[in-house]
Amino acid sequence: MSQKLILNTKEIDIILQRLACQLVENHKNFESSVLIGIQPRGSFLADRLHKILEDEYNLQNIPYGKLDITFYRDDFRRGDKVLRANETDIDFIVENKRVVLIDDVLYTGRSIRAALTALQSFGRPSRIELLTLIDRRFSRDLPIQPDYNGRKVDAINNEHVKVCWKENDGEDAIYLLKN
Amino acid sequence: MKELSVSNLLGIKYLKEEDLHLIFETADQFKEVINRPIKKVPSLRDITIANLFFENSTRTRLSFELAEKRLSADVINFSAASSSVNKGETLVDTVNNILAMKVDMVVMRHPNPGAGVFLSQHIGASIINAGDGAHEHPTQALLDAFSIREKYGQIAGKKIVIVGDILHSRVALSNIFTLKKLGAEVKVCGPNSLIPRHIESLGVKVEPNLIKALEWCDIANMLRVQNERMDYTYFPSTREYVQQYGINKSLLDTLSKPITIMHPGPINRGVEITSDVADSEHSIILNQVENGVAIRMAIIYLIASKIKNHEGKPHH
Repeated sequence: MSQKLILNTKEIDIILQRLACQLVENHKNFESSVLIGIQPRGSFLADRLHKILEDEYNLQNIPYGKLDITFYRDDFRRGDKVLRANETDIDFIVENKRVVLIDDVLYTGRSIRAALTALQSFGRPSRIELLTLIDRRFSRDLPIQPDYNGRKVDAINNEHVKVCWKENDGEDAIYLLKN
Repeated sequence: MKELSVSNLLGIKYLKEEDLHLIFETADQFKEVINRPIKKVPSLRDITIANLFFENSTRTRLSFELAEKRLSADVINFSAASSSVNKGETLVDTVNNILAMKVDMVVMRHPNPGAGVFLSQHIGASIINAGDGAHEHPTQALLDAFSIREKYGQIAGKKIVIVGDILHSRVALSNIFTLKKLGAEVKVCGPNSLIPRHIESLGVKVEPNLIKALEWCDIANMLRVQNERMDYTYFPSTREYVQQYGINKSLLDTLSKPITIMHPGPINRGVEITSDVADSEHSIILNQVENGVAIRMAIIYLIASKIKNHEGKPHH
């Protein structure tokens, strides 16, 4: 297996700053907006963005939740992989809110489809936007596109995008793995 | 990725300790789901479950049905009272007729011990035992342990006494298996006539004195006297049973520390526990009922994930 570095720590930092800036541009003071990270990996990205918005834009009290989509996935019993649930932590309802869904890698779009269904359990949002760090374009199974995106990556199916976060993997870096 | 080591839930005896932890961790997530504004997830929308109750039940049956519906499974219900069982049909024939309607999973309660194990040798569908005679009641034991874990954080090292009719109780046997696998200390307490011989071989101690048992324990699980399973008189009178093995508020007040009270239901108020105990702050009886739905969702979900469905091919 070979691996190629797509983004290093510095580049990731610049992208996070830009994404946070774009969110502020569209949501201003986040009066009726909420952030929701998709568990497990999207939550790392959402944590970072939430922190930047708090520290650098002084936006305290943005409603922020973590959504687990395991029970909404469409591949239950269809693979050899057992679907293991993660924690959902959303202590508000999204009725009439502008929701920003946050995930690290957008690939087939099926996770986002599941997240859209899961979100219905928490009310009817006025609008849902999607923020991703990596968009694996040309590999979508469903008509889903990001509203905010870090970097577009062309990767074929036997390749895998690995996102590493300092708090979990020891460094901020994104690799393309080839079998 | 972890999965259950079994594809049927016939009894706690067949589970490993890791299975128990996996069930609890999954139930944590389902407990969050059933407290949402919309309490339903679509995971099992292509699974059909038959609830076969050859013996009366209110709580367990409703709890299973609710758990199945919250997972979006299709549900059919069957009770022996209104069925062809009364016309002499055998268990395997009854179940095979139901399975011919393309049912993926069977939840069964049966008066005969081992009915689930027997059925698993004759049919291909997954089976969840909802109580087989005086043998096992695995989902009850799991929800009991889950409720203890919820209150105390963990089960290992906790002291639990099971009081009452141990002899006829499937809840007692499944509880003993579960709690021992999780590292708890267990004692049983009741009239000699209702304590099975050789129960010590399961790693539990017998304490015939209720006060001593309560003084020792953190949690008391009070069982119902199962009059319907008694073929002769096991104790002189209900009044005498209440005096020796019933719990009331003033008895609990004499203990040196408060203990948690559990009951699998249905309660005979005034027999094994009085109303003021059942409804007190130390009782977690209604938490047990709420947790029952979450635990059953977890079990059904984990068992269903073992039914492989590759592109809609028939799987039995």
